[in-house]
Amino acid sequence: MPNLEHSAYPAATLLHLESLVPCRESQVSMLLSIFGERQQLSFPSIFIYGHTSSGKTYVMQTLLNTLQLPHVFVNCVEHFTSRLLLEEILIQLQNRSSETEEAAHVPCDTFNDFVRLFKQAIVSQGLQDETFYIVLDRAEQLREMEANVLPAFLRLQELTARNVTVVLLSEIVWELFRPNTGCFEPFTLYFPDYSIGHLQKILCQNHPPEYSADFYSAYINILLGVFYMVCRDLKELQHLAALNFSKYCEPVVRGEANERDTRKLWKNIEPHLKKAMQTVYLREISSSQWERLQHDEGEAGQLKGLSAHAHVELPYYSKFLLIAAYLASYNPVRTDKRFFLKHHGKIKKTNFMKKHEKTSNHLLGPKPFPLDRLLAILYSIVDNRVAPTANIFSQITSLVTLQLLSMVGNNDQLDGPRYKCTVSLDFIRAIARTVNFDIIKYLYDFL
Amino acid sequence: NQIEEDLNKQLFDNLVSFLRRSHSEFQEKTTEWNCQMKSREIPTAALVLGVNVTDHDLTFRSLSEVLQNRVTPYVALLQAKDCPGIKNLMQKLLGQLMNCYVDVDSEEDDYVQTSQNRIRCSMTSLITWYESVTKTPSKKRTSSRHWQSPPVVVIFKDMESFTTKVLQDFIVISSQHIHELPLVLVFGIATSPMIIHGLLPHSVSSLLCIELFQSLSCKEHLSTIIDKVLLTTQFPLKLSEKVLQVLINIFLYHDFSVQNFIKGFQLCIVEHFYTQPLSVLCCHQEEVKKRINSLSHNQCENIRRLPSFRRYVENQPSEKQIALLTTDGFLKETVQQLLDDLNVYHENYFPVLRCLHVFTSSLPKYPLGKQIRELHCACLENRVWETEEYESFLQLARMLNKCDLVTMLQKCVEILVSSPGKEFDKTVEKLKEFLTQFQKLEGGCALSYVPLQIKLKLFYNGTNGYHFLWYILTLLELKESRRSKKLTKFEMLRFEVVDYIDSVVRNYLVPADHKTLHEIVYFNTASVLREHLNAAPRVALHTALNNPYCYLKSQALRSDGGSISNKAPDICIVYKLHLECGRLINLVDWLEAFSTVVTAVEGPNADAPSSDQVDDVIHARFIRAVSELELLGFIKPSKQKTDHVARLTWGGC
Ligand SMILES: Nc1ncnc2c1ncn2[C@@H]1O[C@H](COP(=O)(O)OP(=O)(O)OP(=O)(O)O)[C@@H](O)[C@H]1O
Ligand SMILES: [Mg+2]
Repeated sequence: MPNLEHSAYPAATLLHLESLVPCRESQVSMLLSIFGERQQLSFPSIFIYGHTSSGKTYVMQTLLNTLQLPHVFVNCVEHFTSRLLLEEILIQLQNRSSETEEAAHVPCDTFNDFVRLFKQAIVSQGLQDETFYIVLDRAEQLREMEANVLPAFLRLQELTARNVTVVLLSEIVWELFRPNTGCFEPFTLYFPDYSIGHLQKILCQNHPPEYSADFYSAYINILLGVFYMVCRDLKELQHLAALNFSKYCEPVVRGEANERDTRKLWKNIEPHLKKAMQTVYLREISSSQWERLQHDEGEAGQLKGLSAHAHVELPYYSKFLLIAAYLASYNPVRTDKRFFLKHHGKIKKTNFMKKHEKTSNHLLGPKPFPLDRLLAILYSIVDNRVAPTANIFSQITSLVTLQLLSMVGNNDQLDGPRYKCTVSLDFIRAIARTVNFDIIKYLYDFL
Repeated sequence: NQIEEDLNKQLFDNLVSFLRRSHSEFQEKTTEWNCQMKSREIPTAALVLGVNVTDHDLTFRSLSEVLQNRVTPYVALLQAKDCPGIKNLMQKLLGQLMNCYVDVDSEEDDYVQTSQNRIRCSMTSLITWYESVTKTPSKKRTSSRHWQSPPVVVIFKDMESFTTKVLQDFIVISSQHIHELPLVLVFGIATSPMIIHGLLPHSVSSLLCIELFQSLSCKEHLSTIIDKVLLTTQFPLKLSEKVLQVLINIFLYHDFSVQNFIKGFQLCIVEHFYTQPLSVLCCHQEEVKKRINSLSHNQCENIRRLPSFRRYVENQPSEKQIALLTTDGFLKETVQQLLDDLNVYHENYFPVLRCLHVFTSSLPKYPLGKQIRELHCACLENRVWETEEYESFLQLARMLNKCDLVTMLQKCVEILVSSPGKEFDKTVEKLKEFLTQFQKLEGGCALSYVPLQIKLKLFYNGTNGYHFLWYILTLLELKESRRSKKLTKFEMLRFEVVDYIDSVVRNYLVPADHKTLHEIVYFNTASVLREHLNAAPRVALHTALNNPYCYLKSQALRSDGGSISNKAPDICIVYKLHLECGRLINLVDWLEAFSTVVTAVEGPNADAPSSDQVDDVIHARFIRAVSELELLGFIKPSKQKTDHVARLTWGGC
């Protein structure tokens, strides 16, 4: 019993289509009814949205390809200016039938040109009496282009007076697209997230030919059991499934277990998957490293993840500069006197400790400070005298390029620049430890 | 300068070879990645280079060279400042890649270049280009060096500075085409690889297959360079302790840049050959003789004036003194002799230094420094054996256990045997003798010390406590051994060895400035170097404005400090006046003060008309001076109070 019914297409094709897009039957049938028959005019523009890997690209592509509908498919991120986008559409259109002869490259600067050239191309390709589909993937990029592009695409049918439908694919809802000048409202269609059952069904679809479907589906079951809590991204799950399958098969290959022995297989794979969750999934180690690890077992401890290399080596004064910047960012200005003046004398402890601001400065985040304050703190925390040489100043700049400090909005060169320290407390403590500087003693929050 | 060029070449050769070593591993990896092409992840190398950003340029240049020679002709180097947007990035990328293609077979089709200049900047054109390049048969002649389908390597020089958006877009785009275009990314990272996760969201970083490569740390790099260049006899020019200290301090305290270190060293070379007239004699052994013979009388006089030479002369018998001071021929002979001595001294110095380093570097707390350069500085500074550290070194050495001692001695023998010095035969023999004696002593490591060592291990982490404890134990032990009055054979032998090493050190590690004629080969003026390398713009500006005589050298400006002379340039007067003010300066008061100073001396002879009406000319001069100060960044207009300006610097003179 085919769920998809349409008078225009043979039942066999529809059945095939249905087998290719499991769990998206209702969306596909909706689309088909909008498309209507080949020569019928269709809705001018359709907007499809849904989270990442909800199959927007995939479904659209399979649909158009299996039914052999004339279409072009362009990615708006790849063609990042309107000119590139329009030209790409034309080029794909021209190359549709005539693969061999390279169509001469026509510059297409404005949407006007596009409409004109598009009409010509449709005629020359002999597509006048069929609906032509233009699919714009990642359509959110259209918002970055000239203001006329999006509304024009939505009304392309009207502008060109041709039977054309524009399909926009995006991850965000239509409300965020609508320009404030108003425009033609497209037909919107939502692709909901897959449930765990859907995921299971889709993932099991293409099992490796040398193993039975049951065996593979048991594997997918285990995989989803481990990963579903953290990751529902189909692409990522497919990737993980492919990476770890060989490990799952290992007992079978070695003859220690047969394909039915689910418990044994589970025992073998589960800790492995848990480890994968902490490493490959977070991209701490790369998938190729992970595969190598599977082959030569045991020395897993040697491979340290990316975050294990968090330590940064800095020149001596840079360390102090960073410490000074940190202090300047997190201490209130009025406390400087107490921390850095040798004989601060009469400032009473009680007076100083007026904690009317109960919130910790660390919760509020770093505050900007002027260069002079940084240097003043630097001079007082470094033991020996530091000359204000060009080297020191260039070190500040290089700390900014390393993104350890950041410069806060200064557009005037003569205005004293203001900086912020962007490193974490742990980081600065590690740095301070290497130069034997007890930073906690100097932080107002920890008094 | 010939020698300098030689040195440069040597240094750069060193550098390139280091890089090659550190990247050879990387190339192996690229091979693997290539087979992995079917996967949809983009292979990515995260290259952690350390914070010495100035060195990176060279690293990347040689990296791309190496890649081009061995792996692929298609290498593109991208820099954050060229790529504010994805468009610029693609333009740069295409430009670089297609140009390298044009370079490869430029002889046949020059017109390609012109037509490609106007090509569309998109991935599709890149792909078509790649296909055409790899498919054309004309590539055959280069393909021997490269692989079948060479990957396209894109190097991001400074990952930290790229904006998230650009990287993200580029990665998303290229991941879509990874099947058609074998792309490999290289991220140059200065801080830590965590930055990748900081810059890229998970959805993007999941498109990458990142492997980490750590380049040689810059400190190690420096050590190797010092080891290869400064601690050998190969190069006639040497650096004195102070100079070396300045260079190393700049390195450690300021920039970690090996490049700058090398530049500083080159500056030393230039400075030495430029300022020291006798530096002609600073050349290789073979040439010395020729150059000495061609010395003019003037140059001989120069030699006679050298302090170290004078000291030498004073210690000679009187008739020889006269001969040295009057006869050029005799002088030349002696100088030849002395230079030979100096050379021999160096030949002996470095191997012995290395031997001593073998000992010091394995003792707890590193009494004379962990790095050989520290030891080197200590030896150059003054007689090592007179220092406290050396004393503690000897004490510690006397407590070494047998195994350690034997291995150290063996290492020393190796060093000495491989050194060019001719005088070491006896030393080597002696050391070997010690070794055989140790072998004769049966029983493994000295018994009584094993538990002691274990106890000490416990304290190893508490740094100071450990040091302290060590001393106490040493004292205790000495006392004990004195009480028992009977040393074991091993202990006696150990004392002998240490004494012998002590004597060798005293013999060979004499500081260089005790040697006659050391001025010729040692560059000594650290102050010059410091001035050149450690510029202090603020200080310079302050002196210029505060004490214009310093730069203008006009007698009239010679002030006795304090008072403000009216002959100084207007800006100096204004500057000095502003130093006396607070955070906000009232312009009217300032002008008043200015005109008083300016008219102070002119007044008597020019008869100023009225005191409360400021002259227009003076007013104009004042305004100009103030705006000059503003240009220099000392003051800025303030919005808090009208007619006031704010000071941007603090502190008076
Ligand atoms: N119904 C489905 N049946 C089979 N495979 C599917 C289905 N839906 C998605 N996939 C698989 O998931 C992958 C990701 O889907 P797709 O690229 O279409 O997601 P997307 O919605 O376009 O995501 P994005 O918004 O990130 O572009 C595809 O490669 C496809 O193989
Ligand atoms: Mg998509």
